[in-house]
Amino acid sequence: MLMFVVRRLGLMILTALALTFIVFFLTNLRPNLEKLARTEGSVRMSEEAVDQWIIQNGHGGSVFVRYGEWMGLMPGWVLTDEKGTVRGRCITATNTPETAPRYCGVLQGDWGFSTFFKKPVLDSLGEKLAATGWLMLAVMLVMVPASLLIGVLSGMREGSRTDRALSTFSIASTATPEYVSGVILVALLASPVVGLSPLLASWGWIEGKTLFLGTATSAIDDITFWNFTLPVMTIALYGIGYIARMTRASMTEVMTAQYIRTARLKGVSFGAVVVKHALRNALIAPFTVIMLQFPWLLNGVVIVETLFNYKGFGWTLVQAAGNNDINLLLGCSVVAVFVVLVTQLISDVGYVFLNPRIRLS
Amino acid sequence: MEDLLSWGQILGRMGSQFLPVWVALVVTYSLSITFKRRLGLYGKLFDSVVGMIGFGIVMFWVFTALLANMVITHDPLAQLSGLKNAVPGTLVPNPGDGIYPYYLLGGDHLARDVFSRMVMGARSVLSIAPAATAFAFMVGVTLGLPAGYFGGKFDTVLSFIANLVLAFPVILLFYLLVTPEIRVTGIPVYLAAVLFIFPILFFSILFNARYFTNPPRRNLYVGIVLVIGFWAYSGLAFNMDPLGVWSMEPNLLNVFVSVVFVNSPTVFRIVRGIVMDLKARDYVAAGQTRGEGPWYIMLWEILPNARGPLIVDFCLRIGYTTILLGTLGFFGLGVSPDSPDWGSTIDDGRKLLNLVPHPAVVPALALMSLVLGLNLLADGLREESLKD
Repeated sequence: MLMFVVRRLGLMILTALALTFIVFFLTNLRPNLEKLARTEGSVRMSEEAVDQWIIQNGHGGSVFVRYGEWMGLMPGWVLTDEKGTVRGRCITATNTPETAPRYCGVLQGDWGFSTFFKKPVLDSLGEKLAATGWLMLAVMLVMVPASLLIGVLSGMREGSRTDRALSTFSIASTATPEYVSGVILVALLASPVVGLSPLLASWGWIEGKTLFLGTATSAIDDITFWNFTLPVMTIALYGIGYIARMTRASMTEVMTAQYIRTARLKGVSFGAVVVKHALRNALIAPFTVIMLQFPWLLNGVVIVETLFNYKGFGWTLVQAAGNNDINLLLGCSVVAVFVVLVTQLISDVGYVFLNPRIRLS
Repeated sequence: MEDLLSWGQILGRMGSQFLPVWVALVVTYSLSITFKRRLGLYGKLFDSVVGMIGFGIVMFWVFTALLANMVITHDPLAQLSGLKNAVPGTLVPNPGDGIYPYYLLGGDHLARDVFSRMVMGARSVLSIAPAATAFAFMVGVTLGLPAGYFGGKFDTVLSFIANLVLAFPVILLFYLLVTPEIRVTGIPVYLAAVLFIFPILFFSILFNARYFTNPPRRNLYVGIVLVIGFWAYSGLAFNMDPLGVWSMEPNLLNVFVSVVFVNSPTVFRIVRGIVMDLKARDYVAAGQTRGEGPWYIMLWEILPNARGPLIVDFCLRIGYTTILLGTLGFFGLGVSPDSPDWGSTIDDGRKLLNLVPHPAVVPALALMSLVLGLNLLADGLREESLKD
């Protein structure tokens, strides 16, 4: 077991290094740096001035060295410009060239300065991640019970009418990406002119003009049922279908097993067989699927936060990419890569714990 | 003429606009059902209701894409004054000769016809998604077969790379790979140069493995593959086709390559898994005993036996690719600003979603129905292929 976890961790660190290097390489391509130079310096810089700016700000030289500096594995750059002032990666307004640390990178907790938020990346990412955490939590609370319920109900009697109906629903929900269901839900439930809201308002069943709010901007300060339902439903809907289908597949497999038939023949009632014998075995596979849904939830979060203008992690990623904020984008990538790898690890280790038949090594 | 059509009239007029599509569908269905016993797996599809519904929806969009010029009512880029955000069924003020008198599904924020843009969007989506999926399959199959069959270092390295690509959140990858700056560096061209070589490789090995005992035939087939392959390759990847037949716009190439790149690791993993399962079968051992080469066994013994799950996954993957293309359009990546593809029209329409929902809802429903059709088709195929 220990060897397994150690090997997994080693592979994980290798993957993390490779992934962050790819992101670093792609964000620090020459055209991106030129664009950064023109936005930070002036738009009408000459070619030579741009070259000069790139070197002066520590973006010159080999990409491997710069990656090492950013990661905190190599000493940060120190340069003396033409005016004679010493500038460097680790030299900020608060410390002098003498007191500045030699290493300052991601590992030391210095994630750089965001040109978009005008503050350190780590600070801005923290609060955005908290906002997205609430969204994810709500999505999980809706998605997991709903999908497991649908999967178990349709899988316990394969081919029945309930199964057909629920399976069709699952297929339809996997066929509806977030940007489609979001648009349809807003048009249906949150528009004052079409859909259900004008009808309900004219009957006097709802107080405001719409049933739900079509944007979630206000949910940053105060989460309410009114402004948070639609974004949560939009992300959850796409996931429900997939997890439900996995649960159904695993449930139908378990229901044909020998021990289920034995239990039935011994006279245990159908409900008791499902709850006591089948359910525990059927829920092993969906656990892995649910854990592996996290990286993909990240996609849903980006789309939904853009669509509903909820200023969380996904929205930040889009702004960072759109505004060529290299440090912020790198920070977002580190978080994304971290989430993906940790959930993979949890899913692997958890699977072994849940399924005692699997022996490691 | 009335100023505003009722929903019944709108549906009726839309139905008659789609007339060529209906005719093509009826012909397809009557021919297929008549000869279904002679058509193999395709024919068996018509035994399953789910499969038939799915196939119907998919073919509806395929014919719409092919016959789009006959279906549209207006030029998808034309802006008619006074029809900005017009509601569905609005009368066109003073239509000239030969101009359709209504905006059947209303106008968008630039006063263009939503219906015609939706129809043209089908063409732009269906010209990329199946081709990109096919390329991803070529890459995945060509690498997955040897990885599963031989195992060892080759497999370890490829699996690590595949997991690396899969660990990226797709949207982050798109934001990094589909930008005008990336096009300047030429990375999409290098990626294309690597990814587009796989179909040529696949077909050359395929024919060589089968006909190497008969050199004249082998030379003919492999020669044809190489000539056509490299002709298309020079045009598609490097835009240097000497005859000017094959070419791809830089931003289209960028989108295409990224979508292939994202999809192929999953295909690789599926193929690898199936091969590892199938290589323990008796017919593989029989082939080995006969002295067949490994590539012959992989391509002509294992691959045909793996076709069931692969065809099903192909259908699902076209749907997934459609969703990915929509995502790209939704974030405005890699598409021209006035492109009628569904993702970007949804993005254009969402700004006024609360007040004028139809410009966004129409393409949203179109995209959803196409993906739903593909999923149902895959379900039907899975059901029928399991019956063998």
